[in-house]
Amino acid sequence: MAEYSILIGGRAGEGLNKAGIMLARIMNGLGYRVFMYYDYPSLIRGGHNFSIIRAAPHRIFSHRTGVDFLLAMNRDTLDLHAHRKGPGTVVVFNSDAVKAEGIGLPLAQIAKEEGAPDIARNTGIVAGFCAAAGVPFGVLEATLRKEIPRGLESNLGVAKRAFSEVTPVPASRIEPPPPPVGGILPFMTGNEAAGLGLLAGGLQAYVAYPMTPTSNLLHFMAGLPAESHLTVVHPENEIAVMLMALGFAYTGKRVAVGTSGGGFCLMTEGFSLAGMAELPVVVMLGQRPGPSTGLPTYSCQTELHFAANAGQGEFTRFVVAPGDLEQAWYWAQAALSLSWRYQVPSIFLYDKNLAEHGYNLDTGLVPPLPGFPAGTWDGSLPYHRYAITGSGVSPLAFPSAKGAVVKVNGYAHDESGTTTEEPGTVNRIQEKLLRKGEGLASDLDGMPVVAAGGVKVSGDVLLTWGSTAGPCREVGDSLGLRVVQPVVLCPFPEKRLKDALAGARRVVVVEQNATGQLEKLLAGYSILPDARIRKYDGRPFALDELEAQVREVL
Amino acid sequence: MNDRQLITDTQNTWCPGCGNFTIQHSLKAVLQDLEKAGTSLDDVVLVTGIGCHAKMADYLDINSFYSIHGRTLPVATAIKLANPALTVIVCAGDGDAYAEGLDHLIFAAKRNVDITLFIHNNRVYGLTTGQYTPTSPIGFKGRSTPQGTPEYPINPLELMFASGATFIARGYSRRQPLLKKTMAEAIRHKGFSFVDILQICATYFDVHDVYDKYVYELAGHDTHDPAKVMQKITEWDYNNPAPIGLGTFFEKDLPTFESRFPVQPAVPGDRKEMIRKILDSSR
Repeated sequence: MAEYSILIGGRAGEGLNKAGIMLARIMNGLGYRVFMYYDYPSLIRGGHNFSIIRAAPHRIFSHRTGVDFLLAMNRDTLDLHAHRKGPGTVVVFNSDAVKAEGIGLPLAQIAKEEGAPDIARNTGIVAGFCAAAGVPFGVLEATLRKEIPRGLESNLGVAKRAFSEVTPVPASRIEPPPPPVGGILPFMTGNEAAGLGLLAGGLQAYVAYPMTPTSNLLHFMAGLPAESHLTVVHPENEIAVMLMALGFAYTGKRVAVGTSGGGFCLMTEGFSLAGMAELPVVVMLGQRPGPSTGLPTYSCQTELHFAANAGQGEFTRFVVAPGDLEQAWYWAQAALSLSWRYQVPSIFLYDKNLAEHGYNLDTGLVPPLPGFPAGTWDGSLPYHRYAITGSGVSPLAFPSAKGAVVKVNGYAHDESGTTTEEPGTVNRIQEKLLRKGEGLASDLDGMPVVAAGGVKVSGDVLLTWGSTAGPCREVGDSLGLRVVQPVVLCPFPEKRLKDALAGARRVVVVEQNATGQLEKLLAGYSILPDARIRKYDGRPFALDELEAQVREVL
Repeated sequence: MNDRQLITDTQNTWCPGCGNFTIQHSLKAVLQDLEKAGTSLDDVVLVTGIGCHAKMADYLDINSFYSIHGRTLPVATAIKLANPALTVIVCAGDGDAYAEGLDHLIFAAKRNVDITLFIHNNRVYGLTTGQYTPTSPIGFKGRSTPQGTPEYPINPLELMFASGATFIARGYSRRQPLLKKTMAEAIRHKGFSFVDILQICATYFDVHDVYDKYVYELAGHDTHDPAKVMQKITEWDYNNPAPIGLGTFFEKDLPTFESRFPVQPAVPGDRKEMIRKILDSSR
């Protein structure tokens, strides 16, 4: 067996995300590449939660429908995932909650006897899995020691009991792969990788109002140790979030905000102000299905045009849609730097799949980021915040700079920042806002704005964006297809994309929405695909599901 | 002023007789006093909303953030948080702060961020040509309510008291010396300072005769006794004729919002090491 899939399921509130992460860490620690799909409804207790952890010796980004291990905390898990079982699937279940065929463990009883809280039943079932799969107890113990900060001893007690009560299943034994070159990679979510990217880029303030799927980025930032020197604020609403961000930017602090589509609706007023007042801010926009509240805890790619057009008026913006952790790490830093160099707002457009699912991060694959110094003021007076320059970029000074009167303004304004309606000045300021886009596009020319994967010489192309690039790459590898992903969406890298599509015979656009948002964007550049695959049920593509759909259209 | 005139040469477009002139000149005088007392005007920031009041950003030659309607306070809060050494002054209208941005007003008070808010309360929308605001009296005939507004006004002082503001005052544009004194006190106060400035709108709501008749300067008032404060605050409900107190109603010492955020510049080495540790712990 070259790869393994493990599903763990139960009721919301039973700590299944944590259990999934433990399983992922165990497989990661063995030397596998790991992907974790976490599916949960929008509630705190009850309902059905599950994680699928897939482990393989190569780089992966998706799950498969079928699983090799099914770990069931309750009846629902067995019923809802019966279709995932094959002849060799090992079932480990909580025999205190359900009667089934397979390996039963009286988890409630074990937890009680070991003096552990109910939540430790997870530890028990994970230990049962380890025993069945022949994973050494030491590997499990090391993971528990890392992952369980409170009640470790009683959890270890539960783990030992459960481990000893299960007999290994020789046919399902998990053998560690050959030790990976370069060692074990970090395993984390897209939110964490993007957050680290922002921090590496010099972020000084993070402002957000909680909203799935970016709440965990807020939690990550707020939970950083003191040496982060990061100011984290959770204000009254997303309107305040955006305006606070602009206050930080005005004083010279590098700032990002986080939200999803609904919150970004409230932010667009301030986003347009950022455009007019030329204040840099990075918006971490995690997509989830709408309209309106929609499916709060699921995923989609429905805000491409919203991101590209949000806010009244015409101004330069940078929109990037990373598809994996390496791209997230790189482009979070790049968005911050480019925002400051051009004094424009940026949108880091991702989705629940990338934000909350677990992947490996291989920083060795990340290209070096060019330096983008922000233009600073040379001290000559009078200071003009909006001095007209050839590039459209005015030198930056911040309040308390000696002698400089720093005036920013959401009205049409002259070079000093004073309101004006004079037609000549109005024209000059509008042209200045747009001229900055030329420099931005030219800087981007030296960067990986379009990613190519799969079999690059193939005439059959999967053209996709965002997190959907992951499963597409895997399908590209298995079916021998080229995969092309425009990573930057504004300014649109037309030439680079056309270069990447050179020699294409058939182009299939794959995206997670109902109306073909990338396809519509491409039409404006006369890039017309031959077929399309669209998914809008909120769930990520399973590898086999996408493979079957691609076979159908090619 | 020596090297800075404070008033810009931008053409002033307030109506003749507008209460904004008094507020502007009071603020100018307060800034000059601040400078004499050792505060560099480079360290002062003015944030304005949208409305007649907001032209202050164009007319005063100091750092300014000409924000959007209702959104002064989040901007000002972040500026103070980012650089606590700055003196942050906010000018906002009654439509701005009491309608469009009411949520921000309550939170700024609740946080006790050390900024000063001057409300240019003319109790009418001027720039949009004469509609009722949250402090217009019931029955106010504006262009959106030709039959008279069916809403009672709010008492902003009462709202601020309930929200946790630590300095609450009222001024009147036709009582300039007292207004200037109150504005200076508000800026001096450490914490969220709120001054509701009754300002006549010469074009759409000129009630100076009413104000002139009813205003009086608070004297011998205990600004630290909540019961007495509440009694004074509710004396006039912004609707029915009643004595209108001017001056400082309430003061309280509380730690400020920004004092709870340690502000230190990030040390690049620390940051790198922290990122490395997080990556390692994720393996």
